[in-house]
Amino acid sequence: MSTPTSLGGSGKEPVGVVGIGQTKHVSARRDVSMAGLVREAAVRALADAELGWADIDAVVIGKAPDFFEGVMMPELYLADALGAVGKPMLRVHTAGSVGGSTALVAANLVAARVHRTVLTLAFEKQSESNAMWGLSLPVPFQQPLLAGAGGFFAPHVRAYMHRTSAPDHIGALVAYKDRRNALKNPYAHLHEEDITLEKVRSSPMLWDPIRYSETCPSSDGACAMVLTDRAGAAHAPRPAAWVHGGAMRSEPTLFAGKDAVSPRAGRDCAADVYRQAGIGEPRREIDAVEMYVPFSWYEPMWLENLGFAKEGEGWKMTESGATELDGELPVNPSGGVLSTNPIGASGMLRFAEAALQVRGAAGAHQVPGARRALGHAYGGGSQFFAMWLVADEPPTG
Amino acid sequence: MTSRAGRREVAVVAFAQTEHVRAADNLSEVEMLMPVLREVLDSTGLAAGQIDFTCSGSCDYLAGRAFSFTMALDGVGAWPPISESHVEMDGAWALHEAWVKILTGEAETALVYSYGESSAGDLPEVLTRQLDPYYLGPLWPDSVSLAALQARALLDAGETDERELAGIAARSRKAAEDNPHAQLSGSPGVDTLLESDYLARPLRPHDVPPVTDGAAAVVLAAGDTARRLTRRPAWISGMDHRIEAHSPGVRDLTDSPSTRLAAERAGLFDAGSPPPEVAELHAPFTAQEVVLRKALRLDRSTAVNPSGGPLAANPVMAAGLVRIGEAAARVSRGEARRAVAHATSGPCLQQNLVAVLESDGAGAEGERP
Amino acid sequence: MNAAPSHKVLSAPLVVEFPFTRSLGPVQSAFLTGLRERTVLGVKASDGRTLVPPTEYDPVTAEELRDLVEVGRTGTVTTWSWNDRPRRGQPLRHPFAWVLVRLDGADTALLHALDAPEGPQAVNTGMRVRIRWAEHRSGAITDIACFEPDDSVPSTHRAQPHPGEFADPVTGIVAEARLDYTYTPGRAQTRYLDALTTRRTLGERCPRCHKVYVPPRGACPTCGVPTGEQVEVGPRGTVTTFCVVNIKAKGLDIEVPYVYAHIALDGAGLALHGRIAGIPYDQVRMGLRVEPVWTEGGRYPDHYRPTGEPDADYETYKELL
Repeated sequence: MSTPTSLGGSGKEPVGVVGIGQTKHVSARRDVSMAGLVREAAVRALADAELGWADIDAVVIGKAPDFFEGVMMPELYLADALGAVGKPMLRVHTAGSVGGSTALVAANLVAARVHRTVLTLAFEKQSESNAMWGLSLPVPFQQPLLAGAGGFFAPHVRAYMHRTSAPDHIGALVAYKDRRNALKNPYAHLHEEDITLEKVRSSPMLWDPIRYSETCPSSDGACAMVLTDRAGAAHAPRPAAWVHGGAMRSEPTLFAGKDAVSPRAGRDCAADVYRQAGIGEPRREIDAVEMYVPFSWYEPMWLENLGFAKEGEGWKMTESGATELDGELPVNPSGGVLSTNPIGASGMLRFAEAALQVRGAAGAHQVPGARRALGHAYGGGSQFFAMWLVADEPPTG
Repeated sequence: MTSRAGRREVAVVAFAQTEHVRAADNLSEVEMLMPVLREVLDSTGLAAGQIDFTCSGSCDYLAGRAFSFTMALDGVGAWPPISESHVEMDGAWALHEAWVKILTGEAETALVYSYGESSAGDLPEVLTRQLDPYYLGPLWPDSVSLAALQARALLDAGETDERELAGIAARSRKAAEDNPHAQLSGSPGVDTLLESDYLARPLRPHDVPPVTDGAAAVVLAAGDTARRLTRRPAWISGMDHRIEAHSPGVRDLTDSPSTRLAAERAGLFDAGSPPPEVAELHAPFTAQEVVLRKALRLDRSTAVNPSGGPLAANPVMAAGLVRIGEAAARVSRGEARRAVAHATSGPCLQQNLVAVLESDGAGAEGERP
Repeated sequence: MNAAPSHKVLSAPLVVEFPFTRSLGPVQSAFLTGLRERTVLGVKASDGRTLVPPTEYDPVTAEELRDLVEVGRTGTVTTWSWNDRPRRGQPLRHPFAWVLVRLDGADTALLHALDAPEGPQAVNTGMRVRIRWAEHRSGAITDIACFEPDDSVPSTHRAQPHPGEFADPVTGIVAEARLDYTYTPGRAQTRYLDALTTRRTLGERCPRCHKVYVPPRGACPTCGVPTGEQVEVGPRGTVTTFCVVNIKAKGLDIEVPYVYAHIALDGAGLALHGRIAGIPYDQVRMGLRVEPVWTEGGRYPDHYRPTGEPDADYETYKELL
């Protein structure tokens, strides 16, 4: 890649997150339409920013495949509900990373000074259909071997375990941690009050080595954020989370030499974000991480991929308790994807939860004193990555 | 508010498209797309790895397969990993995202592509799935019928007549005779066209676009990089898009306020600016051209759809990007100093994008170099 | 889906079909329940207009709308088109007009069908129409069977406030949706599938990086160039990683537990996916050497079974997981 003649830090408009809203995530929101669902998150984000619909210059919306709700390009129908009439509206779709990508596309509109204040939103109303069906539409001439995502990712988990000699129980530790964190997050889908490590470890083995309790639920939910420029943030009623770095990276689905355990696209994406944010030692300099962990083993895998642990040592970091809410590097204080998974919104929830942490607004799952947090999302065949790093102070320069 | 002051210069430096056909039925999407990607990269001398940002537009519903864009990425050569994004929209909006990325300063160059194999399904029926799923979707109103409602509203309002619509069809398809990529070209005269039976009254077959498989790609570049990559960059002097309320029943179908507003924000009407010499309008149905000409304030001094427009080839998801490419190509070839390109999405022109393209020195205060 | 001769490219029908379950929210619930009761509701917009059908949010100001009103069952056509060839799912089976109808008391128009047995000559903008109710109504837009011509004069019907409350309200609809596609896998996959009919696995070599892709998808995904040179790979290969599937997937005729594996066929640049059998599932391991087992008429190997060779060394396949 050529080196852009960057406008430098001073050339880009700083981007602040001044409003965050999400729905209560549940398996089926039968009381609202699709419009009602997205609206709920959007209204909460606007209220957080103390802004009205007229203050929004553009809307950027994301979700995973349209087949999940059976509406082609549903943003056309959602324009009215999101106050987009008379405004620009853009629809992003980058598979599972889409919630993150959507926020980044929105942030760029502000950074480029094309718009001043942008509403970004991602959602999935999975109860309108069935995720297993949506993910496994039959394709003629292809041998049906599997349904759903678990079987697709389980062989990669086995490869990780083999490569690092990780003991079997690490995945359960992650699930136990994230489900307990979710108890502190009123919006989380799964609230398993009686969760124990033993329950996780004895849950049925679905796609060996992945157990039932180590998988994510299927949720209805939406997440929204209001992004604005320096002047907008100055008028905001509550502190902004400032974007210090944001990047997307993609690699092909399947190719000779692909490292599905630690994809290069993920490593490159993190490196780009750290470079932009001036982070040299991520484990020391970052206070909280919201990473996309749909199956528990992906926590140790991403710890390595994102540079928080040396290769082969991510599981040791998890095992040590470092990623617990009161640990040295809390990972998924919100409960993460393992506790809440409205697919298209899951990535944006990671980005938004990271922003909540540095705004000091995460409530019971707040990491005390968090100043820098990473939001991470991935999708497709571990091939699409989107990340941002947010901080409590605006970028300098 | 949107301000155009002080923005980076960004230009279209290369454009390629497939020879559009009714059904590229022996090619997968990536096989259809790949030659276009190679052509557009080769013409700039750039390898995929030298492109700073890539953005594509496509739609799962056209092919009936979730995540179809992930397979299309195989045609790019995304290794080492690339900075990349995708919109579930026409490629014109992918181009907008790429344009913004360059404006941030994070990229110097961008590759934009889009594609669609509408032949895989029954397009007018597939498009019913983009209507609100409670009041409209259950009635399965096909896209041709909805366009016919819009045409009727225009006829009733005295904004056009069937002869003018036939004239638009004939002019477009005659213009397409000079476009080797067009699917349909050549047309009988207006009188002959008007003798044909209605397809969906008041629309006759000539008022309706063909069903098309096709792909397109564009390379964007900033400032001096653009000047280095091509002799005559087609500068994007402004670009904006707007959406309207969804339901056709709450809109005035004879007007397109979103197009007008987007054009205004894109600087099309800026005081002192000359009228565009060329307009490439994404009006798949003849009557929609009437609406758009009015919204864009085009008079006879502007040549509309010299490529033949979507009436000559309508690769859904790429047709809007093709308009930008065609308009830019006119500027790059020195055939126009100022051109306007338009893309649309949704039923009855619900969402519209306008881009203004200019040669060096074509702006309001500009002098010819 | 019989194998086609090699000069012909394969294609097959692809049906995408699902009964979507849609929850309605309060406004849409009231409107559709009202239709069931032969009552047409609109909603008051911020500017005082009456929107029919009622939207949940104002199309101009985005405000939440909740003030329901009842409007008439007769109205005026604001625009129309003629549909000579009704399609699957459309309101009438014989030719009809699509109409936008402004019901008496409403300020916006509702889309539906107009039954006009006398043909398009009998339809015009401004004509008066009335609702023809469906015999069986369930709380859906199709509870209006269609409109039909009406000889009433345009009335000055005023929208009347309505609580929007009904006994046994409809809160959701089931929207059956079926789309029929034709799937064509393209040239490269056709070459691959053709070879499989003779139980040979043909990969394709990238002219640039020389990796062999199995199955070929038309492009070398890292180089972005077409693959063309066919290379026979396998039939034997190595299990590079796997999982044991314990849940039965709907519509998948495989008994659980079974082993889903990544298999690097000898000579291939990456692994393909297949099922392992002929060995207890809990004895499958990374590095296991396997060969395909075909069944009569199968397009693909039914599964792969152990060859009995010694396991492959991890170093030989660690790039092929």
